Amino acid sequence: MRRLIWLSVVAAIAIAYPLLLSSPFQQRLGALVLLYAIAASAWNIVGGYAGQVSVGHVVFFGCGAYAAMGSYVKFGLSPLFGIPGGIVLAVGLAAIIGVPTLRLSGHYFSMATIAVAETMRLIVTNTDWLGAAVGLSGPTVPRNIFDLSFLSSLPYYYLFLLILAITLLITWWMTNSRMGFYLRAIKDSERAARSLGAPASRTKLYAYMLSAALTSVAGALYAMMFGFVDPESGFGILISVKILIMAALGGAGLLFGPLVGAAILVPLEEISNSWLGGKGAGLTFVLYGAIIVVIARFQPGGLLSLFTRRSKPSKDTGAGHAP
Amino acid sequence: MSFVLVQVIVGGLLLGAVYALFSSGLTLVWGMMNIVNFAHGDFVMLGMYVAYVVYTLLGGGPILGAPLATLVLATVGVVVYFALIRDIMKGPMLAQILGTFGLALLLRYSVFWWFGANFLSMPPNIVGGTYAFAGLRIEASRLLAGVVALLVTLGLHLLLTRTSLGSKMLAVAEDQTAAQLMGIRPDTMQAIAWAIAAGATGLAGALIANFFYIVPTVGETLGIVAFVTVSLGGFGSVPGALVAGLLIGVIESLSGYLIGAIYKDIVVYVLFLLFLWFRPQGLMGKM
Repeated sequence: MRRLIWLSVVAAIAIAYPLLLSSPFQQRLGALVLLYAIAASAWNIVGGYAGQVSVGHVVFFGCGAYAAMGSYVKFGLSPLFGIPGGIVLAVGLAAIIGVPTLRLSGHYFSMATIAVAETMRLIVTNTDWLGAAVGLSGPTVPRNIFDLSFLSSLPYYYLFLLILAITLLITWWMTNSRMGFYLRAIKDSERAARSLGAPASRTKLYAYMLSAALTSVAGALYAMMFGFVDPESGFGILISVKILIMAALGGAGLLFGPLVGAAILVPLEEISNSWLGGKGAGLTFVLYGAIIVVIARFQPGGLLSLFTRRSKPSKDTGAGHAP
Repeated sequence: MSFVLVQVIVGGLLLGAVYALFSSGLTLVWGMMNIVNFAHGDFVMLGMYVAYVVYTLLGGGPILGAPLATLVLATVGVVVYFALIRDIMKGPMLAQILGTFGLALLLRYSVFWWFGANFLSMPPNIVGGTYAFAGLRIEASRLLAGVVALLVTLGLHLLLTRTSLGSKMLAVAEDQTAAQLMGIRPDTMQAIAWAIAAGATGLAGALIANFFYIVPTVGETLGIVAFVTVSLGGFGSVPGALVAGLLIGVIESLSGYLIGAIYKDIVVYVLFLLFLWFRPQGLMGKM
C-alpha cells in the first residue's frame, strides 16, 4: 500500500513537472533526464538484475539512433520506421557478444562489450554510406507529425515518459516472472542455480537481448530529439559511461535506481557544462570516474539501497557481501 | 617473402614485446587475485605522460624517463591496491568492474583535463637514428623498446618462478589462509604484485612514448590489447602473455600494412571475439 502511494506521488510529479517548471531549459532538462533514465533502466536489466556489467552499452544505442536516422536519409521514411530495424540489429549484436561470453566469467563479457562498441565506432566512422565522421541528420523541417521533429521539448518529454513507463513495466514484469527468479538465483550463486536446473547462460542472454532492444529504442529517441547522430554520439564510450554510472549511482538492480541516478547526474552535467564551457567536458568525466570509484568502494548497491537495505537485506545487490 | 613484409613483421615483434610487458602485469594480478584491472591500459598511458613530463622538465632521454615512470607507476599501483582494490576484491563482480573502470575514467580524464586532447610526441631522434641491418631499417627507439621489454618480461618470469618472493606470491594466489599460516602476509604480497604490475605498465609506457603519439585516450586501445593478450595467453601465465603479445604485435602490423592502418584495431578486436567464440581457454591455457 505504501508502495502504491509512493508510486502515484512519483508519477504525479513526473506528469506535472514540465507544466510547473515550464522554461525551455527546464523542459529540455526534464526530457533529457527521462531519455537517460530509459537507457539506464534498460542497462539495469542486464547490469543490475543479471549482474553482467556491460561497459559498451552504447553500441545498442547507436544501432537505434543510426536505424532511425537511416530510415529517413536512405529511404525518406519517418525515423519511427527505423525503430524495428534498430531493435533487430541490437538484438543480433547482443547475441554475437552474449553467446560466447555469458558462459565465461563476467570479465570477458565486460571486455567484449567494450571491444564491440569500439569496433562499431571505428567501422561507422570509416563508412561513407553511414555518413562517416559527419553522421546522419534527420528531417530539417518536419513533413508531418510522424517525423517526431518538434521545436519544443514538451512533446518529447511526454513521449519519453511513456516509453520510460513501458520500460519500467517490462522490467517489473520480468522480475516477477520465472526469468526474474532465475536471475536472482544466478546472481546469488550461479553454480547453485545451475545445479538446480536454472538455464543460467540462456537466461542471462535473454536479459541481455531485452536490454539491448530497449537501449536501441532509447538511441532512436535520442536521434529524433537531437535530429542527428554521429559516431561519437552514437557509439562513443562516453555515452556508455553515462548509462552505466546513472544506473550504478541510483542503484543497480533496483527498479527506480536508474531514474534516481539520471535525475541527479543529468542536471549536474548540464550545469557543469554551462558553467565551465568546453573545459567542463573533461572535468565532468573526472567527476564521473570519481563517483563510480566511490560507489564501488563504499556502496556498490547504489544510493537507493541505503533505503531498501533495511527492509530486504536478502535482496542486497552487493553491499557488504562477506566472502 | 617480400622484403617489406619482413620489415613489417620485425616491427610487429618489437611492438609485440612491449604489449607482452604490460600484459604480464595484467595477467599477474588477474592470476593472483582474480581481479581484472580495467584501468590497466590507462596505467600505460600514465607511464607515457610521466616520461613526457620528465623529458620536458628535466630533459634527458629514456635513461631517466623509463626508471622514473616505472617508479611512479609502481607507487600508483600500491596506492590503488590499498585505497581501492583491497576492499573491492572481496565485493561482488559489479563492484570490481565498476571500481577499476571508474579508476580508468578518473585517470584518463584527469590527464585529458590537464594536458588537453592534443597529440603530444617526443622529439624524433630522442634515442638515436635509424639502424640498417641487412637492408632492414629499424628505428633505434623501437629497437630499444622491443629489446628492453623482452628482457624485462623474461626477468619477470624468472622472478615469479625462480625466487622466494615469486614462490610466496604463488602461495598467496593458491590459498591465502594457508599462506598466512606459513608466515606470509597476503596483503604485502598482493601489494607487491600491484607494484610490479603497475611498474611494468610504467616502463612499457615510457618505452613506447618515444615513438607513439601521446594522447589521453590511448589507454582504451592498449587496455583492450592487454586483455586480448591475456585471454590468448591464459591467466597468470607470463610466458603465455609473451607469446600472445608478440603474436598480436605481428598480426596488428601485418593487418595495418595489408588492409590499412585504420583497420588494425578492428582486426585485433574481431580476433578477440572469434577467440571467445571458438577457443575461450586461450591458445595454450586451460579453463
